[in-house]
Amino acid sequence: MGAVERILEREFVPADDDGVVVCRCEEITKGEIRRAVHDGIFTMTEMRRYLRAGMGLCQGQTCAKNVKALMARELGVPPLELEHATARSPMRPVEMYVLANEEVAD
Amino acid sequence: MSNTSDVIIVGGGVIGNAAAYYLSKKGVSVTVLEGSADIGHGGSSRNGGGVRQSGRDPRELPLAMYGIQNLWPGLSGELGIDTEYTPKGNLRLGKTQAHLDILRKLTDRAIACGLDVRMIGYEEIKSINPYLSDEVIGASWCPTDGHANPLTATLGFYVNARRLGARFISGEKAVKLQKVKGRLRKVVAESGVYEAETVIVAAGLESRPLLNTVGIDVPMTGNLMECLVTEAQPYLFDQMLGAAEADFYGHQSKHGSFVFGGSSGFEGCTLDKSGLLENYEKTAPATCRGIMRYFPDLKRAKIIRTWAGFIDVCADGVPVLGNAEEVPGLVIACAFSGHGFGISPAVGYNLAELITTGKTPVDISALRYDRFKAKI
Repeated sequence: MGAVERILEREFVPADDDGVVVCRCEEITKGEIRRAVHDGIFTMTEMRRYLRAGMGLCQGQTCAKNVKALMARELGVPPLELEHATARSPMRPVEMYVLANEEVAD
Repeated sequence: MSNTSDVIIVGGGVIGNAAAYYLSKKGVSVTVLEGSADIGHGGSSRNGGGVRQSGRDPRELPLAMYGIQNLWPGLSGELGIDTEYTPKGNLRLGKTQAHLDILRKLTDRAIACGLDVRMIGYEEIKSINPYLSDEVIGASWCPTDGHANPLTATLGFYVNARRLGARFISGEKAVKLQKVKGRLRKVVAESGVYEAETVIVAAGLESRPLLNTVGIDVPMTGNLMECLVTEAQPYLFDQMLGAAEADFYGHQSKHGSFVFGGSSGFEGCTLDKSGLLENYEKTAPATCRGIMRYFPDLKRAKIIRTWAGFIDVCADGVPVLGNAEEVPGLVIACAFSGHGFGISPAVGYNLAELITTGKTPVDISALRYDRFKAKI
């Protein structure tokens, strides 16, 4: 990880398909994601926090790859340069009374 | 690009971003150095979102009250970003007589400082929040408290400061402060050297080693705090909740998720195997049991995420804020002790005033860096 100057030279150019929903859980569109990059949102972790893309029920398991591709294109870098947002436990949604139960069955 | 600006801010968290925003608004040129890859990496994105006055130490209460009276109400409109500020009150809950004694003490202290807060009984609690368990017998109630979204508030300050011309560099860890002719002038970072008239150190726990390079030490330590988030639920209530023993807190966010913090009793001894601020395996289950005792109806709500973060706890539990006269040009803003988010707009605003006018609207002298004395 090196120093990143938070400047983006290119301007935001609206596109016909900006209304396409990318994050289905939180209903975030392609246009919102692209615009956020121009607001200065440069990492996937920041994108989660800024728009909630990838913060819903599936925790980004559906949309993270598409969000990354869109951000990379907007930033003009290869997608590999963008880190995924941190995966957080639990792996799948767990009901509170289940997670609360630490008893071990015989 | 020239590495010289009027002000350098070390730390791109909510405090640094708020200061960058209010300074940029006054036409001051600002460079913000963030050590991690993400803006708002530390406690700024890892807190319960409380915007509270009740339960505060009298030394920091004036900042909390200033922010709630003057800054929070118009912040979303000013930033053009929904900070989800919800001033619908804070209930601090008690289940035993010992709890009520703690609450009474906190309440009396806050009333003495001019805050509108009072003790309420079972009936009134139920009328404010009918979903609470019958085990709750009393609470303190501060109707002007509330909560907000730390993620959008932190990034909202960042996006707007950047728009006003503030320069942000992430992945640039400051390693050393340097004086020139007796005045602080340079910040040496991993990839470059930056110069300014004034340097704000707002780097959370990392502030301590950095301040040590100019001979200043702020006694603080890191405490891991852990929270969990439920899937979006039907709307239940607006209040910020806390408990007398400070072992449970949380709120329902605008999009419907509940965000609850709790503890397991292993605080300070938890294990973080990866060093990536991992949750400790015993904390989330203990927090769930705690929540179900306050809100039995939530037992089938699904947990979708847990997270952890370090609180920069000061030896005496309140922040260090203001100039350090022995190092002219240095401004310290750290050791927020888990109370930083709620006062962040007020801190950023006051720092901007301090730097541009030499005065602050709120008296912050009780938060000086040189207040620490050994107990005997």
